[in-house]
Amino acid sequence: MAWVLLFLPLIAAAANQLYLKRNAYIASLVSVASVAVTLVIALMLLGKEATDSVDWATIGEFKLQIGYKLDQLSTGMMVVVTGVGLLVHVFSLAYMKDDAAKARFFTGLSLFMFSMTGIVLASNFIMTFIFWELVGLSSYLLIGHWYQKDSAADAAKKAFITNRIGDFGFMIGILMLWGITGSLSFDGMKSWSAGGGLEHVSTGVLGACLLCVFCGAVGKSAQMPLHVWLPDAMEGPTPVSALIHAATMVAAGVYMLFRVQSSIGAEAFDNFAGDTIAWIGAITSLCAALMATQQDDIKRILAYSTLSQLGYMVMAVGLRHGDAGMFHLFTHAWFKALLFLGSGAVIYACHHEQDIWKMGGLLKKMPITGFTFLVGFLALIAVPGTAGFFSKEMILHAAHEYGDEHHNMAFFWIAAGVAVLTSFYMTRLFVVAFLGKHRSDDASHAHEVGPLMFVPLVVLAVLAVVGGFKLAHGLAPATPHGAGEFEVNPIFWVSVGALALGAIPGFLLYNGKEKDPVSIPFFRDRFKIDDLYDNVIVRYFQNGFAAIVHFFDEFLINGLIVGGASRLAEGCGGLFRRVQSGNLQGYAFVFGLGVILVIYFTAF
Amino acid sequence: MPLPLFWFFALVMLFGGVAVVALRNPVASALSMVASFVGLSGLFIGLNAFFVGIIQILVYAGAIMVLFIFIIMLLDLKIEEKRAPKLAPLLGGLGIVLGFTIQLIGVLSKTPNADWKPLDLAAASAAHAQSSPGISTKLAEGHLPDVNLIGDILFKGYNLPLQIVGVLLLVATIGVVVLSKRQEA
Amino acid sequence: MATLHSYLLVSGLLFAIGLSGVILRRNIIVVFMCLELMLSAANLTLVAFSRFNGSNGLPDYHGQMMVFFVITVAAAEVAVGLAIIVALYRARQTINTEDLTSMRG
Repeated sequence: MAWVLLFLPLIAAAANQLYLKRNAYIASLVSVASVAVTLVIALMLLGKEATDSVDWATIGEFKLQIGYKLDQLSTGMMVVVTGVGLLVHVFSLAYMKDDAAKARFFTGLSLFMFSMTGIVLASNFIMTFIFWELVGLSSYLLIGHWYQKDSAADAAKKAFITNRIGDFGFMIGILMLWGITGSLSFDGMKSWSAGGGLEHVSTGVLGACLLCVFCGAVGKSAQMPLHVWLPDAMEGPTPVSALIHAATMVAAGVYMLFRVQSSIGAEAFDNFAGDTIAWIGAITSLCAALMATQQDDIKRILAYSTLSQLGYMVMAVGLRHGDAGMFHLFTHAWFKALLFLGSGAVIYACHHEQDIWKMGGLLKKMPITGFTFLVGFLALIAVPGTAGFFSKEMILHAAHEYGDEHHNMAFFWIAAGVAVLTSFYMTRLFVVAFLGKHRSDDASHAHEVGPLMFVPLVVLAVLAVVGGFKLAHGLAPATPHGAGEFEVNPIFWVSVGALALGAIPGFLLYNGKEKDPVSIPFFRDRFKIDDLYDNVIVRYFQNGFAAIVHFFDEFLINGLIVGGASRLAEGCGGLFRRVQSGNLQGYAFVFGLGVILVIYFTAF
Repeated sequence: MPLPLFWFFALVMLFGGVAVVALRNPVASALSMVASFVGLSGLFIGLNAFFVGIIQILVYAGAIMVLFIFIIMLLDLKIEEKRAPKLAPLLGGLGIVLGFTIQLIGVLSKTPNADWKPLDLAAASAAHAQSSPGISTKLAEGHLPDVNLIGDILFKGYNLPLQIVGVLLLVATIGVVVLSKRQEA
Repeated sequence: MATLHSYLLVSGLLFAIGLSGVILRRNIIVVFMCLELMLSAANLTLVAFSRFNGSNGLPDYHGQMMVFFVITVAAAEVAVGLAIIVALYRARQTINTEDLTSMRG
């Protein structure tokens, strides 16, 4: 069953690519059907515990295995992936209706579903890594779907290369983890950890190893300083942004970290590694939230919001409360997918206008989209009762608990500050785009989207509300203790205070405004980090590296090895060519010489 | 074989051979080769191999050399036009020959020699008394029935190779016909 | 009386003369004749051994059998070889080995 779950999307992708390229309509239906079936299977497998594996390659004692591991974490994550996946697929049917390369798009989506399923179900780290790269590939293909646009092609390259940097560390981390625990499978690590293996490893080695593994998450989950690709990845089609760059793939980093944490135990993070992870998460969260306040592109705002929320999750993992992070991942997946699909519907309705300052008044024109977007917005800013509230509460709890233990409330206050900023920029987005009156022709002509688009929105809206309550906890990959309970305590008041502190000024500041009354170029320019990369790393580092590579390629490889081999063969050929004189007497002479030598060796 | 006769035939043979190599006219070469083969068959007969000696004359000097001369005349070959003899091939060829001759003498000096012994026909007659009485009688009479002996051993001991050689000759005949046929354009 | 060595020496010399002809001459028919000389030299060796290594008071006729077959095969070889030469002459209008250089690498 789990094998079907894993390979069905691959079959769909292969069928689309190989047979259905010219028949885009059927290709899209094949993809949707495959993801629908996988959702059903995922729901059937929910909560089951099982492992199975086959040997893929055997190298001496070492066996490379392809296998799956089913438990609450992976099956819950599967439900998220296939659930969001199905809704996004359905949404795409409408959104990509007129696209010229629809078949390629759905092939990419199916390939992504396959890769993501592989990460989630993986029973060992090598398999995780393989599928990790595969999601990178499918992400690249989908971001660059409109490759005719230079910006899309560049964004795809940027995403791929940035991820590659993180993956390099990830690979080292995997190898170190293998060296430390002697096993690549999660079960093996668990038994190593249960056998007291942690006591025999020095903190420094373990911490370095975890940080290397964390590098992978930094790349994939777009944490500082490798966050730069995610906003650019919004060049891809909006459903892709919703599926890959909001709900699932970027969450893979958090998922992987939590998988490590639950395998080798949270105690392993009780050192500088955990603190570093938490700090990086916190800083990403804060910076991204600040950047989001000054963006004008609706998808970019959501992208920075995603960054910020991912920072939250990573911080929770770093604070040894991965379950809180995973719970937030679960709820976030629904409402961020909802927000992205909502923005997709808005963009679709406004004829591919993405600037919020050219929208306005959309709530009246597109009531269903508007209200579902409102639900997502409320969930994201954590209004009590929504899913986002419960999960954010858990993270605040985690930060508070950590603060109590370590006498360091910094994380708690950063988290609260981010909550303020979140409600501020989301209020800004909603007020500017959906309230007031329209500011451009495109917005004035907008009308409600078709059922293929709004049905997924409604479903997601429902999940964005109920996802936090106890009845939905069976679906979640991990539920921290006390999740979904409502308790009025100081943390609750901090949370509500942050909500009010962000939302009210946001509303007052932006309601009825024609253009942005606040301008902070530093935030708008994303802290100049992209410029820094472009000017320093790309210019000096890349060019220097390119020169070295060029030297290797041109002189060593081309000149010495390839050219040398050919010259050697040529020289030998030229030498032996002289022997083949074509002169009969020459041959007879050599033959006679040979006879003499034979006689000499046999007779004397 | 008495030594003077041996040297006579041997020298005929060797000079014939040298003439084959040295003469420029192919017809002269062919005729010297006939002379060489006559000397060779004299040596054969001196070795009591009468049948082989006669065959050598009949087949080689008679048939094969006629074929050679026939082809030479068919192709209407002139005397090889005088090309400047190249020193290197000449030296190479002579060097090979010289090396070979030295090796030959070396090998001969290392191997045991065998002296001439007359044939013991009486013993041979006794040996053939059972298997082939006719040969035995002739041997007892003091003749060497060379053809009988060869026929005896050829058809009794080498029958299969004989058949195969017959097939080979057939194949060669067909091959010659095929090769000589003028190809239609 | 001549000994075995004198026969072998003579046959070896004939072989060497034939070899020198093969190496030196450029007329392919003469080269072919020289090949025949070399074959005959081998035959002389065989016959000499057959006579000097006799059995039951007679020469060893197995050696002469070999000569018989060699002559037969040589006849076939000459026939085919000359046919090839004729065909070659038709194609190239030459039987000089120096002009036959299509095997040059």
